[in-house]
Amino acid sequence: MTTRYTEDHEWITVDGDVATVGITNYAQEQLGDVVFVELPEVGRKVAKGDEAAVVESVKAASEVYAPLDGEVVEANDVLADEPAKVNEDPEGAAWFVKIKLSDKSQLDALMDADAYKAHLEGL
Amino acid sequence: MTDSDQTAALQSKTPLNETPLKTTPLTDLHRELGARLVPFAGYEMPVQFPAGILAEHAHTRDKAGLFDVSHMGQAWLVGPDFETTAAALERLTPSSIAALKPGRQRYTVLLNDAGGIVDDLMVSRPEGEADDGRLFLVVNAARKDVDYETIAAGLPDDVRLEPVTDRALIALQGPMAAEVLAAHAPEAADMAFMAARAMEFDGIAVHVSRSGYTGEDGFELSVPAGAAEPIARALLADERVAPIGLGARDSLRLEAGLCLYGHDIDETTSPVEGAITFVMQKRRREAGDFPGAERILRELEDGPKRLRVGLKLDGRAPAREGAEIRDPDGKPVGVVTSGGFAPTLQAPIAMGYVDPAHAAEGTALVLAVRNRELPATVVPMPFVPQRYYRKPKT
Repeated sequence: MTTRYTEDHEWITVDGDVATVGITNYAQEQLGDVVFVELPEVGRKVAKGDEAAVVESVKAASEVYAPLDGEVVEANDVLADEPAKVNEDPEGAAWFVKIKLSDKSQLDALMDADAYKAHLEGL
Repeated sequence: MTDSDQTAALQSKTPLNETPLKTTPLTDLHRELGARLVPFAGYEMPVQFPAGILAEHAHTRDKAGLFDVSHMGQAWLVGPDFETTAAALERLTPSSIAALKPGRQRYTVLLNDAGGIVDDLMVSRPEGEADDGRLFLVVNAARKDVDYETIAAGLPDDVRLEPVTDRALIALQGPMAAEVLAAHAPEAADMAFMAARAMEFDGIAVHVSRSGYTGEDGFELSVPAGAAEPIARALLADERVAPIGLGARDSLRLEAGLCLYGHDIDETTSPVEGAITFVMQKRRREAGDFPGAERILRELEDGPKRLRVGLKLDGRAPAREGAEIRDPDGKPVGVVTSGGFAPTLQAPIAMGYVDPAHAAEGTALVLAVRNRELPATVVPMPFVPQRYYRKPKT
């Protein structure tokens, strides 16, 4: 199972036609202490670029955009009670949503790990 | 993901590349300590250190936090004698400066002719005969230029403003601040809240006031620029002291119910609307001899059109500056001017302006956040009890 990345610092892993989406370690470092995460309702249809979640750090609110078209099939409710998990395990237990993809070919436009690493170095 | 435009409280509105950012005598030390530096009021300032805002906030509440506030403006107001200088400042503020005793400090506001607040500031009267006729001012970084112009334009010929550019300002805040500072400057130990005194820190001449903007006991040290780093290092060598950034400074002052200029008070808000009528002593209210007195006295008599209140939100989602405040039927009644997550309370809090009909403690309101309405209640401020040092009666 490969992981893909967006320029907006989301990671995506795909199992069958379901993508798990979270934010990268770089993103959580930039945000600082996360104190609240707002997640979408299960069943919501999202298009690539739609606002899918909101992360509130002590300083500010930041939007998380849907990286691909699809339907939200699961939200990580653990984050509602333990938003700090986003700081502790951003690329593991603190995933945000699972999206059933409507067009898997959109994955091809996303970065792989090496490309994302290069992207970070260019920032 | 992207950052919303909601970090206004922490970041300058000036784009990074427009003008080179100024540094403070402690910028190199911040970098060495691993600070994340951001543009703020034209300066490159630490928003947080590696511990993070929540840990820094808790450290200040539990022990002692060291803040670089050198970006703030320091200035002397100099006249022939105390009475003349105090009278000159009274023409610009609604506070009783003439009643300020030697070695005492006061929080006040500069007013415009419409009764709006040009800035909030600290004014202290030095002890000692040699400094008779001098008042020391500390003003907000982003308002420095406006303040200095406003003050200079309002002064009589025999009083002048002397901005201080060769000093740094260090705040040490928290319940252990007094003990920590006394190890280097023993005279600090028995100062009362809002006292101001010249003393030596390890042999370096400094001005110390027992004040701050976190709600905690603490001190602000005006120090020669060249001595800032040795003094900061000496304080940080104490294991009770940690460096704290502007992020935690903002959450601490919000919990303490203190106004942030440009957000909670500005040129349109009066001291009555801002719920800081304590800056106006009785003699000045009776005399009505300050800028914008007509409006301010009318508001004192009839009540203001809007009033700053504290709000506690249900749930965990914070409301930020700009969020609309509505009554439970959805009718707009005000706007949030500061809001965030209160680390001490582990809950979101906010302050904002509402129609006075909705300002009473216990009033149920809702805050519009991202097309949702978050329930909130008007609560008294400070949100977290202040712990300023009151000298024991002997």
